[in-house]
Amino acid sequence: MRARIAGHALALVATVFLGGLFSATLVRLAPGFDVDEQQLDPHLNAESVQALRAARRQEHNIFQFYFSYMNRAAHGDLGTSLALGQPVRTLLRDRAPLTLRLLAVGLGLGWVAALTLALTAAWLRLSAYDLLTTLVSGTFLCIPAAVLALLSVLWNVPGSLAIALIVFPRIYRYARNLLAKSYSLPHIITARAKGLGEARILFWHVLPGVAPQLLAVAGVSVSMAVGAVIPVEALCGLAGVGQLAWQAALARDLPLLVNITILVTLVTLLANSGADVIGHMVRAQES
Amino acid sequence: MSGRHKMRGQMSKTCWKSIAVGVICVASLSAHVAAQAGGELKFCLRMEPKTFDPLKVEDEASAAIRYLTGGVLVRVNRQTQELEPELAQSWNISKDGRQITFRLRSGISFSDGTPFAAEDVAYTVQQLMDPALHSATGDAFRSGTGNVESKVISPTQISITFPAPVAGLDRLFDQVAILSERSPKKETAVLGPFIVADYKPGATVLLKRNPNYWKTDGQGRKLPYLDSIRLDIQPNRDVEMLRFKRGELDLINSLDSEYFDKLAATSPQLVHDAGPSLDSEQLWFNEVAKAPIPRYKKNWFRSANFRRAISEAINREDLSRIVFHGHAQPALGPFSPANKFWFNSNLQPQTYSPDAALKALQTDGFRLENGVLKDKDRNEVVFSIVTNAGSKPRERMAVLIQDDLQKIGIHVNVVTLDFPSLIERMTQSFDYEAIILGLTNVDLDPNGEMNVWLSSSENHQWNPQQKVPETSWEAEIDRLMRAQAASTDPRRRKEAFDRVQEIVAEEQPFIFLINKNALSAVSTAVHGAAPVILSPQTFWNADRLTVAAK
Amino acid sequence: MNLWRKLACVILAVVLCASFAANWLAPAGYARQYREATNAGPSRTHWLGTDEIGRDRFARVLYGTRISLLLAPAAALLSTLMAALIGGLAGYLGGVWARMAMAVTDLFLSLPWLFLLITARALMPLNVSPLISVLVTFLLLGLLGWTTAARVLCTTAGSLRSADFVRQARAAGIPGQRLFWIHVMPNLKPVLYAQFWISIPVFILSEANLGILGLGVAEPMPSWGSLLKELEGLVSLGDEPWKFVPLILLVLVVISFQLLLSRHDEVAA
Repeated sequence: MRARIAGHALALVATVFLGGLFSATLVRLAPGFDVDEQQLDPHLNAESVQALRAARRQEHNIFQFYFSYMNRAAHGDLGTSLALGQPVRTLLRDRAPLTLRLLAVGLGLGWVAALTLALTAAWLRLSAYDLLTTLVSGTFLCIPAAVLALLSVLWNVPGSLAIALIVFPRIYRYARNLLAKSYSLPHIITARAKGLGEARILFWHVLPGVAPQLLAVAGVSVSMAVGAVIPVEALCGLAGVGQLAWQAALARDLPLLVNITILVTLVTLLANSGADVIGHMVRAQES
Repeated sequence: MSGRHKMRGQMSKTCWKSIAVGVICVASLSAHVAAQAGGELKFCLRMEPKTFDPLKVEDEASAAIRYLTGGVLVRVNRQTQELEPELAQSWNISKDGRQITFRLRSGISFSDGTPFAAEDVAYTVQQLMDPALHSATGDAFRSGTGNVESKVISPTQISITFPAPVAGLDRLFDQVAILSERSPKKETAVLGPFIVADYKPGATVLLKRNPNYWKTDGQGRKLPYLDSIRLDIQPNRDVEMLRFKRGELDLINSLDSEYFDKLAATSPQLVHDAGPSLDSEQLWFNEVAKAPIPRYKKNWFRSANFRRAISEAINREDLSRIVFHGHAQPALGPFSPANKFWFNSNLQPQTYSPDAALKALQTDGFRLENGVLKDKDRNEVVFSIVTNAGSKPRERMAVLIQDDLQKIGIHVNVVTLDFPSLIERMTQSFDYEAIILGLTNVDLDPNGEMNVWLSSSENHQWNPQQKVPETSWEAEIDRLMRAQAASTDPRRRKEAFDRVQEIVAEEQPFIFLINKNALSAVSTAVHGAAPVILSPQTFWNADRLTVAAK
Repeated sequence: MNLWRKLACVILAVVLCASFAANWLAPAGYARQYREATNAGPSRTHWLGTDEIGRDRFARVLYGTRISLLLAPAAALLSTLMAALIGGLAGYLGGVWARMAMAVTDLFLSLPWLFLLITARALMPLNVSPLISVLVTFLLLGLLGWTTAARVLCTTAGSLRSADFVRQARAAGIPGQRLFWIHVMPNLKPVLYAQFWISIPVFILSEANLGILGLGVAEPMPSWGSLLKELEGLVSLGDEPWKFVPLILLVLVVISFQLLLSRHDEVAA
C-alpha cells in the first residue's frame, strides 16, 4: 500500500514537472517570445533596443532555463516576472487567495444549481421541466464568458456568480445525463415499480451508482472553473491569478507562465486524483 | 538664439491667449475651490504601471504616474504647448546647443522633507544618462557619443553639457522628474503634487497629496486641491465606461468615438472633443529587401507609384466618418495640424479617386482583367494587411480599406494578430506584406521621431537598419533630419522638417490615414478640468482640479 | 416529447435551409458595405439593421450560420470521438494504461494551449483564404477539446469493467475488442452526448475568441462567434434588441440538438 502511494506521488511530481517543461517549451516556441513592445518606442536608440533583445536571450535554451528554474525553485526562489519586475512568489502569494475564493464560491454555486436542476429533472421526469432546464442551461452555455463577466460588472454582482454561470451548464448537462441514465437502469425501474420512496431510491440506488462519475465531473469542473477565472478576473478588475495569467501570456512572461502552469497542473491533478480516490473508495464500499 | 529667448519669442504669439485662458480657469476655479477643496479623483489606468522609477518610464501608465508625482525643471503647458518654468525659474541654452544652464527655485523640499538643490539635478542627470539604464527618456538626450557633464555652480544654479548639440534640449526636460540625491527614500521622494501612497498590483494605485508641494494658487492656497487620486487598473474599455456611467470614475482619457457618441446623446455635458490629436494611424508596406515574400510583391511595394495609387484609392473621409464617427481628420503626414509649430501647412490633402489610382497603376504595367488587378507579369495583386487584435478601430479601418481596394481589383486579406506576434513579424522575421498601426506622438518636436525617419534606425519600420540608404529620398530624409537635429535655429529646423514632410507625402512610405481627435469624458463633479489634445489629456492640471462630494 | 423532437427537426431544417438559401434571402451578401447607413436599425431593406460599417446583419447571420452550423458540430463530433477512444479505452483497459492516459489528460487540461495556437497561426501563410483558416481553427478546437469528457469516460468505463454483465460476457468468451464496442461503448453514451452538446456552442464561441490570434474566420466573412462577440459592447446595447438575434438563434439550435440527442439517449437506455 505504501509503495502504491509512493508510486502515485512520484507520478504526480513527474506530471507537474512535465507540465512546467511543456508550458515553457510552448511559450518559447510561439512567435513573439523575443520581442518587447517597448522596442517600438522611437526614443530608444539602437543600443537600448539591442539591450532589450539581449535581455530575453538568456532564456533561449529552454532546458537550461528550466534546469536553473528548478534549481532555484528548490531553494524557494520562483524567479522574477519579466513584465511586472516583481518576485513571482510574492505575486502568486498576494493573488492566490482571491482566486481560490472565486473558484470555491463559483464552483460551489455552480454545483448547487446544476445538481438541483439535474436531480429535480431526473426525479420529476416531466418533459416540459426538462425542456425548461435545457433552455436555461443552453442559454448560459451560448453567452460568451466575457459577456457574463461584463454583466456581473453591470449588475454589480460578485465575479464568482459569473464563474458559477459559466460552469453551471456544463456540470448540469453531465449530471443530468448521468442521472437520467441511472434512473433508466432496470433495477431502479423495478424499485420504482415496487413503490419504493423516491428519496430512498435516490440515496440508496441512484447516487451510489453514479457517484464515481459525478466525482470525475467534479474533478474536471475545477479545470472548467480555472478556465473561466481568466476572463472574469480580467474584465471584473479582480487582481487574482487569472488576471496575472492573462497579462503574462500577452507579455510572454516565461517565469510567470511556467509557475502559473505548474500551479494549474497541481490543482488539476489534485482535484482529479482526489476525485479518483474518493470514487474508488465509493466503488469499493459498494461492492 | 538662446533657449530663453526662444521661449520668450514663442510666448509672445500666444501670450494673450494663455492669459485669457488662465483668467477664465482661475475665475471659474476660485468659486468652486472656496466651496470645496479636497476630494478624491478616480480614473482608470489601462495597464499595469511597469515601474514607479521615473527614469525607467516606458509605458503610458507609468508615464501618468510620473506626471502626477514627478517634479520637473520645466513643463510643456499642455494647453498652450509652450514651455513654462517649474523647479527652474529660468534657463539658458548655449549658442552651440550643447549646454543648458538652469537657475533653480530655492526653499523647496521633496515629499519626505529633504531639501531640493542643484546636486539633485546633477544626480538625476547622472542616473538618467547611465548607459546601462537604457531609458527612453535618457536616450532622447543622446545626440552623440561621449559623457554628459553636470556642473553645480551654486545650490540654485547648474549647467549641463552634452557631447553634441541636442535640438529642442529644454523641452526634453519636461520628461525628467528630479530625484533626490540624499533622501533615503530614493525615487519615492518626489517633488510633484502627489505621492504614491499605496499600490495593489493588478487593482489600484493610490496617490495622496504631497504635503511639501511647493506651488500655491493665485490666492496663496497650497496646491494641489485634491486629497488623493485613485487609479484603478482596468484594461477593458466597456467596464471603464460602465463604471463612469455609474459615477465610480470621474474621468476617461482617450475615449472611443463609439462611446463618445453614446454618452453625448444622453449627457452632452460630460464629453469633450478637443480636436485632432497628435496621434496618427498609418498603413505601410514591407520594403525590406531580405523579407520572405515573393520578389514580384516586393517590386510592387518598393514602387512609389504603387504606394501612391493605394493611398489614392483609400477613402479617408469614410474612415473618419464611419470608424471614428466623424471624430477624426484625414491625415496629411507625420505631424497633425494639432502640432502648431511643426506641421507643414503647405501639405495638400490626399484626394480620393479610385479611377486616378487605377490609371496610375496602369502606367506601372498593371491591368484590370475581369475585376482582378494583375501586374505586368500577370500576377494577381493580392496582399495581406496585418493589424493588432483587440483594436476595433484598426480592424474596421482594415475592412473598409479591403473594400476600397476591391474596387480597383485588389484582393486584401485582413489578419489580426496578438501584439507580440505582430512585433516579431514587423521587427525580426519581416514576414508580412502590409501593416496598419498607429504612432503615438508624445513629443511636439520632430527629434522625438528621429529613430522613425533615419534609414539606419531600428524603428524605420518599412525598411529598418539600412547600412546605406537604399533610395535617394531616404538619403535626403536622413540628411534633413540630421541637419535639423544639429541646428539650434528653430526657423532652419522647421524648413528642414517641412521638407521631410513633403518627401514623405510624395513617396508615401507610411500611408497616413487619419488623425484621431482627442476625446474624453469628465464627470460634472470635477471642477477645473479643461481637456486638451496633449497627453495626459484630462488631468494635465491635476494639481488644480477639485472633486465635489457626490 | 415527440412533438418537441419534431419541432427541433423543423428548427434545424429551417435554419440550415435558410443559411443555404442566403444567396436568395439576402442578395446583398455579407460583405457589401452600405456606408451611408451604418449602425442602422431594422428596416424593410435591412431586416436586422446594419453593423458598424454598414453591412446587412441579416445576411451576416445567414452566412455565419453556414460556417458555424456545419463546422462546430463536426469539430464537436471529432472531440467526442477522441474522448470516447482515449477515455473509454483507458478506463476499459485499466491499470497502467488508465493511469498514463489520465496523466496525459490532466496535462492537457493544464497546459497553456494558447501558445500552440499562436504557433499554428505563425505556420500558416498570411494570405490564407478565410475558409481554410476557419477549417484549421475548428480542427484544432476538435483536437484539443476532448479532455474533460475523457476523464469522466475513463471513470465510467472503469466501473463498467467490473460490472456483472461485462464479466459474464468475458466469461462467455467474447473477445475484448467486441466487448468494448458492444457492451462498453453504448453505456458511455450519456457522457458522449453531454460532451457533444456542450462542445457545439463552446467551439462556436472559441472560434471568435481565437480571432485575436489571427485564427478563425477572417474579415469580411461572418461567423456566429464573431456576431456574438458584438454582445461584449453591452454598454451600447440597451436599446438595440436586434443585436441579440444571433444569440437567440444559437440557443434555439443548441436546444434543438439536445432534444434530438435526448431521444437517442432514451433509445440507448
